[in-house]
Amino acid sequence: MKPSSTLNSQQRWLRPLLIGTGVTLTVVLLVIPLVFIFYAAMSAGLGGLWHNLKDPDMLHAICLTLFVAGLTVPINLVFGTLIAWCVTRFTFPGRRLLLTMIDIPFAVSPVVAGLLYLLLYGANGPFANLLDHYDMQLMFAWPGLVMVTVFVSCPFVVRELVPLMSTLGTEQEEAAVLLGASGWKVFWDITLPNIRWALLYGVILTNARAVGEFGAVSVVSGTIRGQTNTLPLHIELLQQDYNTAGAFIAAALLTLIAIATLVVKAFLQWKLAKD
Amino acid sequence: MRRLWIPLALVVAQLTSTVQAKELLNSSYDIARELFADINPLFVEHWQQQSGETLTINQSHGGSSRQAQAIIQGLRADVVTFNQSTDIDILHQRGNLLPENWRERLPNNASPYYSTMAFLVRKGNPKGIETWEDLTKEGVTLVFPNPKTSGNARYTYLAAYGDALQRFGDDRAGVRAWVAEFLSRVAVFDTGGRGATTSFIDRNLGDVLITFESEVNNIIKQYPDLGLERVVPPTNVLAEFPVAWIDRNVARNGTEQQAKAYLEFLYSEQAQRRLASFYYRVHHEAVKADVADQFPATELFHVEDVFGSWEQVNIEHFANNAELDKLLSEGRRRR
Repeated sequence: MKPSSTLNSQQRWLRPLLIGTGVTLTVVLLVIPLVFIFYAAMSAGLGGLWHNLKDPDMLHAICLTLFVAGLTVPINLVFGTLIAWCVTRFTFPGRRLLLTMIDIPFAVSPVVAGLLYLLLYGANGPFANLLDHYDMQLMFAWPGLVMVTVFVSCPFVVRELVPLMSTLGTEQEEAAVLLGASGWKVFWDITLPNIRWALLYGVILTNARAVGEFGAVSVVSGTIRGQTNTLPLHIELLQQDYNTAGAFIAAALLTLIAIATLVVKAFLQWKLAKD
Repeated sequence: MRRLWIPLALVVAQLTSTVQAKELLNSSYDIARELFADINPLFVEHWQQQSGETLTINQSHGGSSRQAQAIIQGLRADVVTFNQSTDIDILHQRGNLLPENWRERLPNNASPYYSTMAFLVRKGNPKGIETWEDLTKEGVTLVFPNPKTSGNARYTYLAAYGDALQRFGDDRAGVRAWVAEFLSRVAVFDTGGRGATTSFIDRNLGDVLITFESEVNNIIKQYPDLGLERVVPPTNVLAEFPVAWIDRNVARNGTEQQAKAYLEFLYSEQAQRRLASFYYRVHHEAVKADVADQFPATELFHVEDVFGSWEQVNIEHFANNAELDKLLSEGRRRR
């Protein structure tokens, strides 16, 4: 039965209307702003683009953003895999609670997360004397940026792995253990090949979040240009300097990173579906 | 894989190595970036000649209350250059980071430069605005930020209130009625100075934008095509820009000498000339004489002389349900 034959006259015009609305909304809300970012970034011309890009504060912001993401991703990769392994391979009291706790960073506003870290590790927090004694500064320095970014992006890997590892079950691993494989070998030869695409997908999402994080980072950064200013924070500062073109260039850079991430993500999804 | 680690290690080295060189961190208010970006190299050169040491000066900018909060929470700024003395007082009260008498450690109440409030009006001044009283003429609407969140707007409120006190004398009811009317003319209260500028310029709201004189000149320079004009009313408030070194932080960073020299440098002729070029009013006699025509004569009053100490001002005017809140709701009723 062809679906079109069952359509009455009302449904016949409903369909193009719905498609039209969907497409229009996508174009107006997503595509136009995206194109506009690049258009505005180029408004200062190639000279302006080069001038803004070679600005030491901009270069530092780019490096710092990549540096923070570069530390956050491996930390969350290891942490996420451990937690997922833990909750899917063992049953223990508080397992559900642990799974729920992992979602806290999603539920809590990033600004609140930043404030929590600031109050805990700042100059008036319980660790202030200890940190002072060793002359260590966590907040308003790059370790603080990494800490809050790890916090806000930690659920991604776990959330990707848990459903997959639950459905995979433990048979293959148990068989390997019975055949005498060590724990490490089981993980390396059995578990990892099974979860590698989901793991990569989690990494991509973690990276996207780490690169774009604004709220939590803005609380603990102190926005010292050339020191603790990440790319998203730099956009705001450039805008306040009346340097609109510069702000859009920074925004375009972030957008490019995001688009690259999306492309990799789409590829992985396709790969995941094929497996 | 190993190749990937090399650039990362380099970045780490670069990020951590900066701790070794002598550095000063200046925590400042929102709109002072261009100013200090201009003055810092002068001091670096000056210090190099005097001591042979190469300094790096870093800047952090934000609303000055927020900056003060960050310093209390552990931001290790060596010096602060703020636009509200109450925000430096807080550093003493809440964190005991500097002594109570910080104002007496440098000339002119530790304020190397000052400004006042000015009106930015549209091309040709179509509503004929010259004085504070003109702002409540028929059909005039205003833009300035929210006095609750912005130091800039607190000065605007106090300047208008002070002018009304002069006009109405002992008639307190008249003063309050006029200020309520003045507040009711505000088209939008943005949270900060630059937000108000956006409302006035980009959203085309209001006939008059009220902000610091220095910022008014800055906006005119930024938008030369709009033909905007500056009006400085004849009576006005003196807005101080207080500076201080943070004793606790300079002791820890070993930068006491440099921090003091940096702030004292702001009083030098060279720095005062630069400050004047950013349309801040300065104290240096020679510079003052040279730039006199930049700054319209206006009768300036100190907030302390008219309203009492800043602490008192905060309790009587800006606390919840104090004078400002009462006049705002009265103004709303009027409309």
